[in-house]
Amino acid sequence: MALGPHAVFVVTSYALATAVVLVLIGWIAVDYRRQKARLRELEAGGVTRRSGRGVADI
Amino acid sequence: MTLIDLANPTRFLQLTARILPWLAAATAILLLVGLYQAAMAPDDYQQGATVKIMFIHVPNAWLAMFVWGVMSLAALGTLVWRHPLADVAAKAAAPIGAAFTFLALVTGSLWGRPMWGTYWEWDARLTSVLILFLMYLGLIALWRAVEDPSRAARAAAVLTLVGALNLPIIKFSVDWWNTLHQPASVLRMGGPSLDRSFLIPLLVMAVAFSLLFVTLHLAAMRNEILRRRVRSLQMMQASRRSA
Repeated sequence: MALGPHAVFVVTSYALATAVVLVLIGWIAVDYRRQKARLRELEAGGVTRRSGRGVADI
Repeated sequence: MTLIDLANPTRFLQLTARILPWLAAATAILLLVGLYQAAMAPDDYQQGATVKIMFIHVPNAWLAMFVWGVMSLAALGTLVWRHPLADVAAKAAAPIGAAFTFLALVTGSLWGRPMWGTYWEWDARLTSVLILFLMYLGLIALWRAVEDPSRAARAAAVLTLVGALNLPIIKFSVDWWNTLHQPASVLRMGGPSLDRSFLIPLLVMAVAFSLLFVTLHLAAMRNEILRRRVRSLQMMQASRRSA
């Protein structure tokens, strides 16, 4: 697959799109772990929801 | 499970836990198929290989507007029906929409340089999309600035609905004004003007990016629900300590 004289524009576009999508996925995954860890800490400290459901139910 | 059951955040979390792995797998497969088709697509007789930028630029540009449309529906849900998940949906969508808009702007700029001879032109299409990007950033800043989610929700919903006025301006800017940006070549009266060898990879990539949005949005909504639970438990803990 030859990209011709403007290859740098094509490659940069795809590389940037890949990087942004990976950052989004990473940010959402890290945020999920952080929120679950905070919920576990609070439950370990005796603070629970009125329903009694804990982080293990998620 | 009925639609009304999804108003319950706990049921929503159970549903997302079940469907997220399937959605993620479908997104990955469709993205790989789309990228393969984009790589195999022929060069354009005028644009050469730079036409391949279209396969990521156009889906991101569509989603930039679509996500704001989703947020506008969610804003109505907040203001009119006070749906418990409406503000969660809007807040979770904003960073994803901002990312798609950023990619639409940057890939458009990278496509513009070899084709137009410039990275940027203050024409109606480019400027209205830049305004959309700034509105996304403004909304994200608003949600971050107000600590209480319920107080931020109404202000954000009003701002979102006002910002929705920009969507028809973006869509029809190429018809209403003389712009450097080309007019619509897929969503137009009389059907797409693109050759099938470009249209099919473009549509596959558009569906793949749409699935990516649905997957990321559901995951971000799940995070936002958990964040609000953490906040309410922290407030409960603080009130116990002060009692």
